[in-house]
Amino acid sequence: MSDIARPAVQPRRRSVIDSLEIDTRLLGMIAAFVVICLAFNVMTEGRFLSPRNIFNLSIQTVSVAIMATGMVFVIVTRHIDLSVGALLATCSAFMAMTQKVWLPDLGFDLGSPLIAPIAILVGLAVGTLIGAVQGWLVGYLTIPAFIVTLGGLLIWRNVAWYVTGGQTIGPLDETFQLFGGINGTLGAAISWGLGILAAAAAIWALFSSRRAKVAHEFPVKPLWAEGVLAVVYAACILGFVAIVNAYEVPAARLRRMFEARGETMPEGYTEGYGLPISVLLLILLAVVMTVIARKTRLGRYIFATGGNPDSAELSGINTRLLTVKVFAMMGFLCGLSAVVASARLTNHANDIGTLDELRVIAAAVIGGTALSGGIGTIFGAILGALIMQSLQSGMAMVGVDAPFQNIVVGLVLVEAVLLDIAYRMPAIRPKVVLVHLILLPVLVWFFAGWTYVAVAVVISAGLALLLRRKGML
Amino acid sequence: MVDRSGTPMVELRDISIAFGGIKAVDHVSVDLYPGEVVGLLGHNGAGKSTLIKCLSGAYRKDSGQILIDGQEVEINNPRDARAYNIETIYQTLALADNLDAAANLFLGREIVTGLGFVDDARMEAETRKIMGRLNPNFRKFKAPVSALSGGQRQSVAIARAVYFNARVLIMDEPTAALGPQETQMVADLIKELKKQGLGIFLIDHDVHAVKRLCDRAAVMKNGELVGVVKVDEVTEDDILAMIILGKKPEHLAA
Repeated sequence: MSDIARPAVQPRRRSVIDSLEIDTRLLGMIAAFVVICLAFNVMTEGRFLSPRNIFNLSIQTVSVAIMATGMVFVIVTRHIDLSVGALLATCSAFMAMTQKVWLPDLGFDLGSPLIAPIAILVGLAVGTLIGAVQGWLVGYLTIPAFIVTLGGLLIWRNVAWYVTGGQTIGPLDETFQLFGGINGTLGAAISWGLGILAAAAAIWALFSSRRAKVAHEFPVKPLWAEGVLAVVYAACILGFVAIVNAYEVPAARLRRMFEARGETMPEGYTEGYGLPISVLLLILLAVVMTVIARKTRLGRYIFATGGNPDSAELSGINTRLLTVKVFAMMGFLCGLSAVVASARLTNHANDIGTLDELRVIAAAVIGGTALSGGIGTIFGAILGALIMQSLQSGMAMVGVDAPFQNIVVGLVLVEAVLLDIAYRMPAIRPKVVLVHLILLPVLVWFFAGWTYVAVAVVISAGLALLLRRKGML
Repeated sequence: MVDRSGTPMVELRDISIAFGGIKAVDHVSVDLYPGEVVGLLGHNGAGKSTLIKCLSGAYRKDSGQILIDGQEVEINNPRDARAYNIETIYQTLALADNLDAAANLFLGREIVTGLGFVDDARMEAETRKIMGRLNPNFRKFKAPVSALSGGQRQSVAIARAVYFNARVLIMDEPTAALGPQETQMVADLIKELKKQGLGIFLIDHDVHAVKRLCDRAAVMKNGELVGVVKVDEVTEDDILAMIILGKKPEHLAA
């Protein structure tokens, strides 16, 4: 092993995207997200991308996004978790009962500062424990995850019901409510501080990884490309902070806050909400989960097991224990998500988290997680959750009928996976193009009526002929 | 010449393993000395791979003993085998297709930084070093191994077995997917490792290769051991006869 590594050959660079070394798949997803946002913005005459709506969108996304990060690991290891919505309800029920019934019965005052932390710990512990048990059933007793968690869906939904007796429990503890979104924001100054810190950290991470590569004489991208990425990261972070700061607290509410402190509000005084604590929680979680995925043995084993379970086992990885860990993590995140979801609603209702399992799986899958295992990113899953939430609330703002909203979300889910397959398998692309050419007139009929169908058919047929002549169909 | 006077570094004694009613390995004993290459021969389904998987920890034997340096040991999983410096190159290669060469090479034994994070840069540097020795044309360090050719994948699997100072190397048809040049590369490697004092179990279909590379050949048929012969004392035809007929040639049986 005394040989010296050969000097790395710098591969030839062509386009800007190559130089930036951006994942084109990810870029496509971001582009799709931007297109969706801009389209809704035009249709709602600028209301969709207003600070108020962006703020709301972000806090509505958090609950599903938190669970989606865990679902990535579950799906990457070739499992599935259908119980997350029900598990969220159980965690939420335990936390609500802890703070409103059990702790007060033990003699805690209702306003005690200990109530929120204890309740949260109870919720996280319940989630982690249930997740671990489900993981043990899957990993050690080899029951398929689909069955274990399908059972879990029925069990935990109704355990939640039983624990609370089906009652809505609220209002929840005020400290606890800080995790819900609008009731817990950091204000403009702290938000700016955190934004600047985050931007600095992102740039530092970028250049420290470059330094490590240089130290080992690996190829690095050109310095200007790193510079561009640094500027983009910083602009995104600070831009988001600027937007949430621009959403101002209503004057009436400010006046009440001043009165509560025994002061009077100065004339013309305004205050931005700033970063919601729940969104900050999601961002921190995203960083932690990404570090786990990319930089820890646990993450390496999760992806190796998903890529080839047999070889992972032969490489000495304890894949059974790994399954327990992955499901326990999922359970923990259900607990965390339950904190955010119930705090946002300010109470625990019996139907909390209903159908969330499907939203969470859809978010992970739209975000590029492959059900065949081994592939998926945390960032993608969060983006997937954002895309779904944007579609849902955008359509609601535009006034699309409720049934069509879900139809569209369903179509988007299938479409996302279809495009993903087309991206990975060139052989299937002609068929995918054909499907879209057939769908075009159908969609036109759907949205514009019979009048335009003829035009659409002509366009489709023309495109088909053109592509056929070019040999692409 | 191999010195067989001391204790063997590996001794498989009376190993049996059955799947359902089928005896895949039926009371087989084989041993291996330092610096020795023992070929395992036999038809498909003769039980070669199954026997060797008891040693590599992939299967658990039903009965029999495994001795390392004369000490009886329990090998219940691949981790145990690795702890005894037994490395295996599986016929399927056992690579995680979605990970790159470095991640595969260090799978289960990652280099970590002081903070406990995987040190990808160092692992890639080490991978570049060992690949520079084994397969100097290898360039695709960033690509998932699914994007590599059969020969390149094989060299990743070999690098993984060799990198961690193996004492005993198990090679299950290492040249099955390779071209003539790469096959020669593996043959050279086996000779070099033998010189370093490793013991190697080589499973192969090719009688010529076994005759050329091995010191002894163990022939199996239907889960039973036909016999162990020194390759210098037999002809290729003798070995073929053992594989096909399932009995030792008469001039050796005496």
